Parts: sequence; C-alpha cells; structure tokens
Amino acid sequence: MAGLSFDLIALQLFAGLALGAIYVLFAIGLSLIFGMLTVVNFAHGAFYMVGAYVGLYLISIGGNFWICLVAVPILIGLFGLAVERVLIRPLYGRGIDYPLLLTFGLSYVMVECVRIAFGKTGYPFDTPEVLQGAVNIGVGYFPLYRLFVIGATAVVLLALWLFLEKTSFGLIIRAGARDPQIVRVLGVDVSRVWLIVFGIGTAIAGFAGLLAAPLQGVIPEMGGTILAEAFVVTVVGGMGSIGGAVLAGLLVGVVVSMTSLFAPEMAKVSIFALMAIVLIVRPQGFFGRAGLMS
Amino acid sequence: MTNKVTKAGSISRRRLLTTASAGAVLAVSPFRINLVRAEEAPIKIGFPVPLTGPYGAEAQDQVRAGQLAVAQFNDAGGLNGRKAELVVRDDKLNPGEAATRTLELVEKEKVNFVVGSLSAAVQLAINNVTKERGVIFNSISQSDAINEAADFSKFTFHEALNPHMTSGAVGRYAFTKFGKKVAFLTADYAYGHEMVRGFLEVGKEFNIENLGDVRHPLGTTDFSTLLPRLQALKPDILCISNFGRDQQIALKQATDFGIKKSIQIIAPLLSHASRVAAGPQAFEGVVGGCSFYWGIEDKFASTKAFNDAFRKMYDGKLPTDYGALGYGGVRTVLEAVKSAGSVETDKVVAALEALKYDYYKGPQYYRKCDHQSVQSVLVIKSKSKDMKNESDVFEVLSTEEPNEKNLRSCEALGHKA
Amino acid sequence: MTDATESIKEPRTATVSWYEFATRHRASIVAAVILVFPLVMPFTALAVNILIYGLYALGFNLVFGYLGLLSFGHAALFGTGAYLCGIAIVHFGWPWYAAIAAGVAGGLLMALLIGVLAIRTRGIYFAMVTMALSQCVYYLFYQAVDLTGGENGLRGINVRTIDLFGLRIDFINPMIRYYVIAAFVIAAFFVMSRILASPFGAVIEAVRENETRARASGYDVTKTRLLTFVLSGGFCGLAGALQALHLSIVPIEILHYETSGLVVMIALLGGMGTFFGPMIGAAVFLVLENVVSVWTVHWQLIVGAIFIACVLFFPAGIWGTLIARSRR
Repeated sequence: MAGLSFDLIALQLFAGLALGAIYVLFAIGLSLIFGMLTVVNFAHGAFYMVGAYVGLYLISIGGNFWICLVAVPILIGLFGLAVERVLIRPLYGRGIDYPLLLTFGLSYVMVECVRIAFGKTGYPFDTPEVLQGAVNIGVGYFPLYRLFVIGATAVVLLALWLFLEKTSFGLIIRAGARDPQIVRVLGVDVSRVWLIVFGIGTAIAGFAGLLAAPLQGVIPEMGGTILAEAFVVTVVGGMGSIGGAVLAGLLVGVVVSMTSLFAPEMAKVSIFALMAIVLIVRPQGFFGRAGLMS
Repeated sequence: MTNKVTKAGSISRRRLLTTASAGAVLAVSPFRINLVRAEEAPIKIGFPVPLTGPYGAEAQDQVRAGQLAVAQFNDAGGLNGRKAELVVRDDKLNPGEAATRTLELVEKEKVNFVVGSLSAAVQLAINNVTKERGVIFNSISQSDAINEAADFSKFTFHEALNPHMTSGAVGRYAFTKFGKKVAFLTADYAYGHEMVRGFLEVGKEFNIENLGDVRHPLGTTDFSTLLPRLQALKPDILCISNFGRDQQIALKQATDFGIKKSIQIIAPLLSHASRVAAGPQAFEGVVGGCSFYWGIEDKFASTKAFNDAFRKMYDGKLPTDYGALGYGGVRTVLEAVKSAGSVETDKVVAALEALKYDYYKGPQYYRKCDHQSVQSVLVIKSKSKDMKNESDVFEVLSTEEPNEKNLRSCEALGHKA
Repeated sequence: MTDATESIKEPRTATVSWYEFATRHRASIVAAVILVFPLVMPFTALAVNILIYGLYALGFNLVFGYLGLLSFGHAALFGTGAYLCGIAIVHFGWPWYAAIAAGVAGGLLMALLIGVLAIRTRGIYFAMVTMALSQCVYYLFYQAVDLTGGENGLRGINVRTIDLFGLRIDFINPMIRYYVIAAFVIAAFFVMSRILASPFGAVIEAVRENETRARASGYDVTKTRLLTFVLSGGFCGLAGALQALHLSIVPIEILHYETSGLVVMIALLGGMGTFFGPMIGAAVFLVLENVVSVWTVHWQLIVGAIFIACVLFFPAGIWGTLIARSRR
C-alpha cells in the first residue's frame, strides 16, 4: 500500500472527527433518555429509521429537505410522546429490564410497519442540490453534505445544552434525573418531565435519521447498526452525560478512522474493543456517575 | 405506473402466501387421507429463500419465477400426469434457520428436491444437510466454495454464476478498456475474497498493477474513512466487491466523495434490486457483471419466452436477475425429471448431467466434475437516462459466451480428473 | 419469589397444590414432557431446536434469573460451545461424545474469560461489557477462517451414526436424533435442579436478594458471581455443542448479539428465575415464530406485538404468571 503521507493522515483524522460528529448525533437522543429516565431505548434505531422514512414521504408529496429538517423532528417527537404515555409510563419503577424489552418489541413492530407501508426494498434519498459535491478542505476533498451534518450536530448540541443548563425546565430535568422523589415532593409533576425528555430524545433520533438518509439511502433495517454504535458512544461517555457522549463520539470516530487506515477489516470490532477496555478500567464510562442503574 | 406495480406485487404475494399456508394447513392436518396412490403424490420441490430480511424483494422474485416454472411443468402435463409443487420456506437469510428449514423439508415434507438460497453461507448450510441425506440441491446464489471438493457432492448442483466466472468476465472487459492500475474495496468475507481472487487471476493476463486491497467489515454503513485512502492511491479502476446494502452505500458515498470524476468504478456483480433501491445517481456509470438481464430478449428466443410468460403471470412485471435464477433452478430439475421419466435421485442426477439447455438466457449445461452451470456472463452498465420503463436500468455492454475455460479447473477445485 | 426458594420451604398444607407437586418433581416432569414433545410439534427439527434453546435459556437464566445479572453476551458461550464441538469433529476427527465434552469445556472456559473481566461491573454496565466482549469473540471466530469457515460458516459436522456400547444408532433419523439430544438436555436439567437445591444454589439467590447481607454472612460475593457465570457457560456450551450436531453446521450468526438478545427474550417470556420458564419460553417463542412466519412474511409484527403485550401485562412471564395465579 502507498506510503502514509502527512496529508493522508490529516485527512484520515479529519474524516474520523467528522464521522465522530455523526456518531454523536446518533447517540445523543439515546444518551438523553438513558441518563434522565434510566430507560434503555432499544427502539432508538427504529425512531431514527422512521425519521428517514417520514422525510422520504414528505418529499414525495411535494415538501423539500429544509421543510423536513423542521417537520421530521416535530412529527417523530410527537410520536415519541405517544409511545412514552401509552407504553413506557406503566413500566417506571419496574427495573431497567422491562422498558428495554418493551422497546425491543416495539422496534420489531415499527420496522415491520414500515416494511408494510413502504416495501422491503430501500429507496434512494438524494442529497439536496445545494449541498452536493465535494469541497477542498486543505488536505483533500470532502463532501459538502458531511460538513453540513457536522454543523447541524453542533446546533443540536448547543440548543440542548442551553435548554438543559440555562432554562428552569432544564433545571427540573436535571434534578429529576438525580432524585425524582425529592423533585416530586417539591411539587413538580415528574411524569410530565419524563414525557418531554422522551419526546426530545426521539425527536433527535428522527432528526438524525433524516440527516443520515442522504448519506446512505433509506431501508427498513437502517436503524440496526446505528443502535450498536449509539450504545457504545453512550456507555463509553458515561450514561446521562451529554459532554461525555460528545467526547466518546469523537473518540469512537477517530478510533474507527485510524483502524481503517491500518487494519480496515477491524474497523467494526474496534469500537467494541474500545468499549470493553473503557468499561473494564472505568465501569461508569468517562463522565458517568458510579453505581447508576446497578 | 408505480401504483400498478405495487398492486401487482401484493396480489402475487397474497397468492403465494395462500399457497404456502394452504400447504402448511394440509401438512399438519391429522385428517389428511392418502387416497391417491403413492406415485401420484405431487413432486415436491423445497424452496428455502430469505423472504424476510434485506433481500426479501429478490427472494420474492425467486419464488414468483419458481412458481412459473412449476406452472409450466404442470400445464404441460407434468410427469405422465403427476404434478409438481413448490414448498416455499423462509430461511431468514440465516444459515441456522436454513438448515432447520431444510431438515423440515426433507424429513417432514419429504421433498424430492431442494432449490433455493440467496447467500453463500445459506447455500452451504442447505447443501450440507441435503448431501448427507442424498437429496438433490440446486443452488441459485453465488459461491465458489460450493464447487470445491470439500463441499461438493454428486447431489449438489449450482445454477447460479460463481464469483470466479463473474469477476473474470468483468475483469476481461474492464482491464482492456479502463486502465491497468487497479485498487480494490472489498467486503471482508468469502464472497468478497473470491471476487478479488478472480480479478487478480484474470488480471495476470493483462498485467494489471494491484495498488492495494482495502477490506471493510460486512455491514459497513459509512465508507468515509476508507474512500480518501483509496482516492489517494490514484487508480484507473476502483473495483468494489461487495453486495446488497454494502454495495449501495459504498457506491453512493463514492459518488459523494467525487471518486467517479477520475476513476472508473467496477463491481463484479450488479443486482437489479440494488440498483433500484440505491437509485440511478449512485450507480451512474458503474460497470459490472450479472447472470441475467431481461433486455437480452432481443437476442435469445428463450429469454423472450420467459419474459412473456412472466409478464403474463404477474401483470406485466419483468423478471430480475435473481428471479431468473429461481426459474432456471426449478426448471432444470423438472426437465431432468421428465427426461429421466422418474424422480429417483440417481436417475435425475444423470439426467441433469446430460442436460444441454436453453431456458432463459441462451445455452447452458452442468459441468460433469462440479455440477457448475456453464453459462454466459453479461457485462452491464447502469443507466441514468433514457430509461424506457422502471425495469430498464442496465445497458448490456458485452456478453461473455459460455466456456469451460473461464471456470476454475476441476483439479484446482480438488476433484479427481 | 421464585420456585427454587419455594422448594426449600415446608409444604403449607396437607393438600398439595399442582404447583408444589410440579416443583417437587420438576426434573422428572421436564423429562416426561420432553419424551412426548416431538409428537405435538409441527416438525422434529423444530422440537430439537426448542430443546436446545431451552437448555441455552436454562443456562442463561442461572445468571439472569437466579443471580440477578443481565448478560448481553451469552451468545459467546453458546457459540463457543458449538464451534469447539464442530471443530473437534471437522478438523480433528474426534468422536461425537468427546466433541460434546469439548463444547462444554469451551463454554466453561469462555465464561471464565468473560467473567473474570466483566464480573466487577454492575447493572446495565455488566450487560454492556458482556456484549462488547462477545462482539470481540464474534470477530475472533469470524477471522479464524481456516478453523471456523468464517462468514461461510463451519460445515461438515456430519455424524451419521453414533456408537453406544456396541450399538450403532442412526443419527440421521430425526426421531432418534431428537431422543439422543433429549437425553443430554434431561441430564442437564437434573444437574441444574441439583445445583439450585444445593447450599450453593441458596447462596446464589442470597447474593441476588441482598448483596450486603450475603457479604456480611461471610460469602465471597464476587467468587459466587464468577462461579455461577462459569456454570452457566457450561450449560450454554452444551447447548451449543448439541446445536452443532443437530444442524451439522455452525453459522457465524450463532455469535451475533441477536443470539444474545434472543435468550433474554426467551427467559423473560417464559419467566425469569423459574425452573420451567426457559423451556416454556423457548417452546412458545420458536413455535410462534414458526407458525406465524408460515402464515405471513410480516411475522415480526406479530411477534413484536406479543412481546410488548407480555412486558405490559405478564411481566413475570408465562410460567411466572401461572405460579402467581396458583398462589392466590
């Protein structure tokens, strides 16, 4: 194989960070629900997939990509609210296994419903015209659309951070995650807080699915692989820590990218090896609280 | 247009399911009475294909075409009046499930033959079960391993192309046209490795320069960390050896990275369903191989007849590559039954070995040593404009005529000459 | 809470309820049911699969139900058992009984390896570490193409006849294959019953119910956990070995995390921490999947919906709910 030039390594590093940003986007909704509700949402990948299909549908009836950017998260978020209210709420306080299993079953149902509605074969999803093509980033060419996805991820993170850290509702959410009983005693309707957190988490999942559609097309099974990746990012970063998820996402991206350079066939297993090592050395992940969900 | 096709699809699916469930009800019914004499029981062909999973659409087409072959056999009077029946099972694209289902087909359904599969691992699993029990299996998906002495048995037939033939034909075409510097992007499993081995072997004749082979894990959804590297190698040809969703995403992202501007992308196998799923943009200009394309009906009367029969049975729909294999796999077995005048395994094996046939894509026959169907390989290019109908997705660039020289030799496969 | 604790208690009344009868003779009941089972199943190969997945879930349930740890990496134990049994036959020409022993040993060893690394983590982290490690095992077997066949799977585990004390038994015959495998499964159920009834069985549950108290009573909690995990590996390894013999192949999918998820579903469906739950869960799940997938290609919709209903309305699983009803 050709020698490793500086440019190639720099480009590879950049590709890794860019991929990491996409992982962050995939994982952040899962991490939010995980951390705040201690619900392991196995249907996260299914919400992501439905997000892509809703986008596909909206475009087919005359919408465009920009409308979808707003409409898809709202629609998926509303769907998430309904799921929380009807299916998840009866399970609070029953241990972590039950929501996990319920959402597992739910993902089967969602995937199959999409297969019935849209067929088993995938669909192409064209990159919006203004974002097509590759641009020179100094060390090589990189697709413009990927840069756009990174920007969108940054916007989502910033909005989420402002919401959680700077608003009074965010304060209640954080308090509710730490000690729901005290918050309840203080007269706050905790179940409403959880409802909204679940809605936000699923809305971000749908948004991520829409953004992923032009990268890889849409297919009912598209949620399966990202679920594993999102779990790794969430767990490595520490459950419930948004900062941890960002750091872990970028790290996973770089690990995948560097493995791709030296032993590409190991790219997929490398992220699991990373997770195993991090958890064995530091069981709560980078920024997780020790003992959570024991 | 789209609506009509979907409707047609659902009708035939319903028909298929009714047949399958009726068969199942009949099979489990304790009231089944064997009034008919033993020799008048239908000739049963087990048909395990992945109806659920990512290749569900291809599998459904395989079933449709298999049903067509059975219907034609029955309409022509069957075997002296004895009718045939297709027993469809879902292997879920999982070798373990396929082995279980094959055991069901052989032990419970007592099928006379098995035809099917849509993955290398699944066909090898089915083959292992059938060969131990002396049941003929005609595989209709690609694999090099199934021809090799370790997996082969006299009950094993392979109607589909194998990676060696496919990559050989595409290589012979591409290496003369597009340049000698070749880089590879390969799915890290037997199918991918076999394709690359085939390309490199034929590459020797053309003195190609191998710039490197980047192997990606099966089921990769993001190629952004692999493509810059391949681009930096500055090849004339990038050869992408993967299948299904991996191929769709790789081609889509290669397009996004601007690779097609300076590099010709070739793929050993382009599937009809993949091209439809990924769209014209991702596949634009990509050259690859295939075993069947409906468009060769101008050239072969058999293709025309097959297309017309398929259209008639399925409301104007055209058969795909994998559909054609389902047809070929079932029809060869039934024709062999006719010429043997019996369903006895040894007689049918002999009849299959003696068969010289042209049922859907020009002349074919099974090679004696490994029962590989010697057949033509089409080299095709994806179309992005001037498409006449929704099935008009490829343009046939050249046809490699059937020739045993393009197969791996019997000795190389471990067979005694 | 579970029937194992129940078994230790004195019978409450003179009239023995069906449930207490079932508990007292639990292993014998399993044996009796298993003997007539293939006659009511759609086909024999499915009945064998149910036995094997029931055994796999039995081993898993030791960790999940009795010890209270959710493992998402049990596919590694099941798969290693299958591969070692298969490799022993295909590459080393071992006789079938030695190959089964190799499978059990593989399960035990792999459990020890994963257990040592993972046992100190808790809760969801334990699930994630076991999943990550089992993915690494998947990769290892995937890459060892010469031994395992890689993605093509391991083929050629062809055992036509088995010699038993001079008797040549036709292993191709489906019913005989069923009863040979059933013999192993019944034996495993007897062993499991003995383990649960032993003092060690009580310690396992003590650790689950109250770790601090168990530690205060002088039990080494970590060692108990590890030993239980390793024992579980032995049962899963046996299940894997039998699967290899039954299907005559080992697909790489056996190590996939879906195989780990499947056993969680089976255990929950049947009733976690109950003796009969795993076998009932395996039977219901596999029959359901089988029957529904013959009806419709959309079987996942129905299976998923039933799953949701189970979690919402029968959280104790089928057998667990029956037990709760009988106590009312």
